[in-house]
Amino acid sequence: MSQHTLPVAVRVKQASKQFSVKKVLDQFSLDIHEGEFVALLGKSGSGKTTLLRILAGLETVDAGEVLVPPVRTVVFQEPRLIESKRVLPNVLLGLPIDDDTRRAAKNALAEVGLASHEDAWPSTLSGGEAQRVALARALIRQPQLLMLDEPFAALDALTRLKMQALVQSLCQRYTPAVLLVTHDVDEAIQLADRVLVLADGKVAVDARISLNTHAAGAMPALTSYASSCCRRWACFRNSGRLCMRECAGNNLRR
Amino acid sequence: MTGCCGNESRFACWRATSAATGFKHSTNTHTLETPKPLHDASRKRGLSLGLRFLVPLLIVSLWSLGSFYGWIASNIVAPPWVVLKSAWSLAESGVLWHHLSISLSRAGLGLLLGGSFGLWLGITAGLSKLGEELIDPSFQMFRAIPFLALIPLLIVWFGIGESSKILLIAAGSAKPMYLNAYTGVRSVDRKIIEAAKIFGLSRWAMITEIHLPAALPYLMAGLRLSMSMALLALIGVEVINTTQGIGFLMLQAQEYFRTEVLIVCVVIYALFGLGTDFLVKLIERISMPWRRAHKERT
Repeated sequence: MSQHTLPVAVRVKQASKQFSVKKVLDQFSLDIHEGEFVALLGKSGSGKTTLLRILAGLETVDAGEVLVPPVRTVVFQEPRLIESKRVLPNVLLGLPIDDDTRRAAKNALAEVGLASHEDAWPSTLSGGEAQRVALARALIRQPQLLMLDEPFAALDALTRLKMQALVQSLCQRYTPAVLLVTHDVDEAIQLADRVLVLADGKVAVDARISLNTHAAGAMPALTSYASSCCRRWACFRNSGRLCMRECAGNNLRR
Repeated sequence: MTGCCGNESRFACWRATSAATGFKHSTNTHTLETPKPLHDASRKRGLSLGLRFLVPLLIVSLWSLGSFYGWIASNIVAPPWVVLKSAWSLAESGVLWHHLSISLSRAGLGLLLGGSFGLWLGITAGLSKLGEELIDPSFQMFRAIPFLALIPLLIVWFGIGESSKILLIAAGSAKPMYLNAYTGVRSVDRKIIEAAKIFGLSRWAMITEIHLPAALPYLMAGLRLSMSMALLALIGVEVINTTQGIGFLMLQAQEYFRTEVLIVCVVIYALFGLGTDFLVKLIERISMPWRRAHKERT
């Protein structure tokens, strides 16, 4: 695959992380190449978010090596906007405010469809709008690694679809390495080039999604994984649009 | 949920019992109602203002009636018209303004000094572990000292001039400011701090752009309490070793048994309270525009 020829953007080697008695990461290794869109699946408590927080620098590993690019941003599950700043300064958080950055922020807001909201206070935005501001805030610094921590989980179905399409088109344009943490198998297959399933502190499934697999529905490995953990997989394949959060959240066991 | 029927027909069972209790779905719109809003609709401005002064006006009218019909002895509580006349003559002669300006500048200077000191210490202790370790235990000890008990000591140290008075007012008003600033800067949502860290905010920017705005409601509460502490301390320092100020005016009135002047002074203190409240509300309105935006939306 062509991705293997691209340089590595993220390298995790033999990383271990333990919370009191629970081993969240156990000798965990992972490479993500530049421009690769990786979706991370796994049941609740499997360490998806912990891995993301380690890459973001919000947690440290107990042992092992973690290498990440210098410019990295996160879109969290909640927008996490600063309520005492208007939308534009929120997008410019941590950046010097001058004409250039203001123009860039306005462009970023226009791209997420919020050009007219730059002077609004965060408390007056809807959930979807606030999340799009958070996306604009993450994109304006042109990250080499973009981390998305269940960014669509709190949105309604229609807004979620729009946001997914928006993220997909923006990532295709700016080609950062992307790590998407999600519960939604459907979403993972639709957006990512590569789907990982995390279980027992290790990568349980590493499936590459190509156009062919999109056409076929899903990779065999992922299908077998999913059918082994979730009986409603067939139902998902037939309907094509069933949210697998319940299965992914509760029944993921290999 | 046992009894009348088995598991498989629980739904039927429920329907049967609800029918028996008279519950049924109605398509008749007569039984529907408009949901009541959480807050009663906004009142007219004039009416709201009138209601705010209703209780003081009621007290004054009862007082007038009592004095007029002789239920209240005029040498114990002077009638309102005598108080008004006395206030007028005090104002006309300039005596009132002289004492008032002295008192206000003492309170203002003390508040500024103590408030900013408490604010600075509170923010330092709230934001840094080292600051907390260095400052907090000592301030908690200082806080426990009844500051009016310091009057004799301060007079010995700084004399009976203005500096001892202002220092005492500062000591009083530093305490609530410290406690609120300390709690306020720590009240920031951990998640927002994480987000700010991701986007590379410097320590200084973190303090000024995130901690302080988030702490503002606490700082306003601190300011309110500091202002009342400053007034309390003002009375404390002005009835001892002084020849100027509202407190001195009261002391003098007490010696000559002029209850009308005493009441004028009490009313002035009450007006101080009203004025400080207005001031804090104004600062709140100006310094936290995002709160107003939220209110206007909902």
